[in-house]
Amino acid sequence: MSEAHAPAKSAAIVIENLTKRFGNFTAVDDVSFDAEEGAVTALLGPSGSGKSTVLRMIAGLEIPTVGRIWMEGEEHTFMSVQERRVGFVFQHCALFRHMTVADNIGFGLSVRKTPRDTRRKRVDELLELVQLGPFRDRYPDQLSGGQRQRVALARALAPRPRVLLLDEPFGALDARVRQELRRWLDSLHRELGVTSLLVTHDQEEAMELANKVVVMHEGRIQQVGTPSEIYDEPTTAFVAGFVGAANILSGHVTEGHIQFGDNRVAGAGHLEDGIAARAFVRPHDVRLAGQEAAAGSVVAIVDRINRVGWLSQLTLRLPDGQQLIAQVPKDETEGVVPGDRVALDLRNAKAFAAEEAVSAAGEEAST
Amino acid sequence: MSAGSTQLDRSRGSVWRRVDRRRRLARSVIVGLILAYLAILLIVPFVSIAYKALSPGLGLVRETLTAPDTVHALKLTAIIAMITVVVCTTFGVIVAWVLTRQRFRGRAILNGIVDLPFAISPITVGLMAVLLFGRGGWFEPFFAARGIQMLFALPSMTLVTIFIAIPFVIREVAPVLEEVGTEEEDAARTLGASSWTSFRRVTLPNIRWGLLHGIALTAARSIGEIGAVLIVSGLLKGQTETATIYIFEAYELRKEAEGNIVALLLAAVSVLLLVAIEIFKQRKEKTKELNA
Repeated sequence: MSEAHAPAKSAAIVIENLTKRFGNFTAVDDVSFDAEEGAVTALLGPSGSGKSTVLRMIAGLEIPTVGRIWMEGEEHTFMSVQERRVGFVFQHCALFRHMTVADNIGFGLSVRKTPRDTRRKRVDELLELVQLGPFRDRYPDQLSGGQRQRVALARALAPRPRVLLLDEPFGALDARVRQELRRWLDSLHRELGVTSLLVTHDQEEAMELANKVVVMHEGRIQQVGTPSEIYDEPTTAFVAGFVGAANILSGHVTEGHIQFGDNRVAGAGHLEDGIAARAFVRPHDVRLAGQEAAAGSVVAIVDRINRVGWLSQLTLRLPDGQQLIAQVPKDETEGVVPGDRVALDLRNAKAFAAEEAVSAAGEEAST
Repeated sequence: MSAGSTQLDRSRGSVWRRVDRRRRLARSVIVGLILAYLAILLIVPFVSIAYKALSPGLGLVRETLTAPDTVHALKLTAIIAMITVVVCTTFGVIVAWVLTRQRFRGRAILNGIVDLPFAISPITVGLMAVLLFGRGGWFEPFFAARGIQMLFALPSMTLVTIFIAIPFVIREVAPVLEEVGTEEEDAARTLGASSWTSFRRVTLPNIRWGLLHGIALTAARSIGEIGAVLIVSGLLKGQTETATIYIFEAYELRKEAEGNIVALLLAAVSVLLLVAIEIFKQRKEKTKELNA
């Protein structure tokens, strides 16, 4: 089937109908996407969504059950791991514990029989690049987590891979180091421009680093797009619930609106009248419309109000009992106290049919 | 606990000090008993054999250790031990690798079978070999036709020793392999290393202390083995007599002095191996810790 539209494979990585089954379990289900030359593409999803398996198939560490993998116009589906020339960074760095930093970085060059002085020069170059020059003779257990991950990156880059595959590279690090490394990786990527594929469950990481985000859930692709497309125009309930925080309001469709109790929000024009549906509204899209209920605004009771920095976070209760979180600039909440009745303006609500939204809501509860 | 007891000392004074003293006394009594127990069971026999072996004078020691029979026996033990170590190491690593890296039907059964040699008495192992290679045995015609003397000769003696020593390397290496995981091997492969290169340069260095621990245990066991070897050896003086059989025979022939000397030598070798085993074991535990 794919022979028909075969090598128009201009993108650096092209994935076609990739499926991987382990016994009865389908880890990856008919996944197709491509990754542009020189860009960072993120595979984003909760754990168990199959994203790491996709990455391991691209590296050749797993054999796909169905589907094809192309890199730079060349089919890679059945190529051995060694021939693929990919750089792989593992979640737990997987540094060779009995080798020094320099030997770790030089490993890929030495197994490919690179002459000793070329190898030495390249290792020095990379030590410089990851800012670990003084650590060349240390062993992995003498380094901090962040330093280890930088060595792992240098090791992957040393043989000049065609693509760089990063499997939750910051997953095992604490929050502050993650932030730091993320910035550093971003600038490194700008400098080197190596085609990269980043697997992560951290949406912030994907949003900050990637040019393109592939959202996965239960082995399937949910949506492919730029970070702002994913955030602003989610096409499935899962994406709306998983990427960024969202309030979920259950109701049913009436005249292109979602009706819950006496309130309604717009945005359900694509759904059939009368069916159960859910509206996803971001906390920063909930605004106070003033004390007086204007036409089309939603009325709620303030349960709690938390003022931190420039932001107020309000916990609101709708007349039908559903809860809602709002994040609004602090000066707009002056004089508001718990127990007040307020009129709300719900902007950019995204509506999805209820049965589709169930899995997303379940996901929300578990995280 | 000690911080707590000092606080109590301050508030309750002498009562607690007395309790503490009683507790300390109990502890030293237990430690003392254990030391006495070990001394009686382990050290006293060792000292007595050293005393018995060395008291007739160093002349006899030299004479015994240079006598053709003794030299032959020691050589035979060394040869059997060496072959056993090589075979058990090679296959042990392979089996350990298969047990930890492959998922297949019957893996649990294989895992159990590996320990079989520990459970079977060496005498039984020897008897099984006699039944297989002796007159009327299943394998006897095959080897007889090719003129290979199995029973009452080196081949069967080595074979039974290998059988008995099979589990050591496997049982030491498998947990380390499990602990080390596959990520480093995967990393080596993505960097272009072949499976063999990855094994040689990544896996082997990672398991080396566990492997050496297993090898030392294998060596100690094969040097000390007598039951199975005695059965298949046929007790041919100067031919199939290993060091342990030499000692056994020396006592039979009322040449205790010579027996004691060889026994002391074997015990000394065992102590050296024991020291090596301890060192390897500690390094191995460190490998595991590094991983965690």
